[in-house]
Amino acid sequence: MIAIINYGLGNISAFANVYKRLNIPVTIATRREDLKNSEKIILPGVGAFDHAMTLLQKSGMRETLDELVLEKKIPVIGICVGMQILANSSEEGVLPGLGWIDGVVKKFDSLLIKHKTRLPHMGWNTIKPLNGNGLFASLPEDPRFYFLHSYYFHCNNEVNTVANTQYGIEFASAVNSENIYGVQFHPEKSHENGIHVLNNFANLNYVIS
Amino acid sequence: MLFPRIIPCLLVHNKGLVKTVKFKDPKYVGDPINAVKIFNEKEVDEIMVVDIDASRENREPDYKMIENLAAECRMPLCYGGGIKTVEQADRIFSLGVEKIAISSIALEDPTLINRIAERVGNQSVIIVLDVKKKSFSSKYEIWTHNATKNTGKDPLEFAKQCEALGAGEIIINSIDHDGVMKGYDLTLIDKIRESISLPMTVLGGAGSLDDIGGLIKKYGIIGVAAGSLFVFKGKYKAVLINYPNRIEKESLISANFLY
Repeated sequence: MIAIINYGLGNISAFANVYKRLNIPVTIATRREDLKNSEKIILPGVGAFDHAMTLLQKSGMRETLDELVLEKKIPVIGICVGMQILANSSEEGVLPGLGWIDGVVKKFDSLLIKHKTRLPHMGWNTIKPLNGNGLFASLPEDPRFYFLHSYYFHCNNEVNTVANTQYGIEFASAVNSENIYGVQFHPEKSHENGIHVLNNFANLNYVIS
Repeated sequence: MLFPRIIPCLLVHNKGLVKTVKFKDPKYVGDPINAVKIFNEKEVDEIMVVDIDASRENREPDYKMIENLAAECRMPLCYGGGIKTVEQADRIFSLGVEKIAISSIALEDPTLINRIAERVGNQSVIIVLDVKKKSFSSKYEIWTHNATKNTGKDPLEFAKQCEALGAGEIIINSIDHDGVMKGYDLTLIDKIRESISLPMTVLGGAGSLDDIGGLIKKYGIIGVAAGSLFVFKGKYKAVLINYPNRIEKESLISANFLY
């Protein structure tokens, strides 16, 4: 069963609706007990870094998540700020992140953006999947997704960047390390391409090496 | 590559969808959830829903309606109407709305912009400025409460202030052009566009896809919103929810978007 973490951020029902359309059962987890039978985890998010970390701590699910993800190696995907909190820290806040993928979250440097800079990065942008990551299997060419953010994930290990996107600079629009995934865009709000990615995530077979 | 956004803007009045002309004469055009379902199928870039009763009636946002809309939307949703406090913004956010639009309260208490941004991140705090040209003058002023109260504030100065306070986007809505379908107020847009470095969306006046194309040609990456254009069809304004299909949209963008 896929567990959608409900810690008060992000569009839980939008994910649930997408999976309902795909006939894939999901459960919405608000307490640690709800995570018992989960085989995959979605960590949604919209909002500020510290607010997300504070709410996740308050949910009482943090320890169980650490155990499921780091020890049992259950596949997890963080969305938007849910991706950013996978990092060690963020320039947006002072709280430490989950530290599941080695990296830091940085603010876009507006001086590097061509023409007149507009932040936040808002709207539909293309992504370039790298190294044939399974999350992006059989998408159309130059797939577009919806972005809404001013900060981006900087991976300390380049190999963890599995898709990139141009906005002034080339930044990591998706990250992956072992069973841990993150996407900066909103697949739950990206029409067919987004549904496709969420379906790919549901069908991923992570083999513990 | 980032693309311009083409956004239907829906107004809610007495729980139904309406379309106004110059902020008056609301005409019933259908059911909000039903409209969202149609716009899902049409794969719109974003959608904006404004409850035009909430602030005027000085009541709370209709959380149940917002929750239903957010659950239905397969595209990003911007909600506006009746938001006055950080707590309300927080609650709406937790219902799954990506962007929160405020207007009258931002003019009464601009510091709220900053306080909401701290909670939900500045990318999600959207300021809507309903703007009207002053009679016998080239000046513009911001109005609130469905164009019944004149704040006397200059939209350009206020937009700059919003940016400094951490807003994520400015939506400029022309009261004079609302529902008229004769094109956007380009003079107004020109004034503000280059003075802020936030994303900007313009609303009010679109009568054809050419009006949208014209804006994209002139401004590149911009949010182009419309109400009447996407709910009416033909010169007798028959109610018909519509939006350019994938091919029409691609050709509209590729013909006008110079990057």
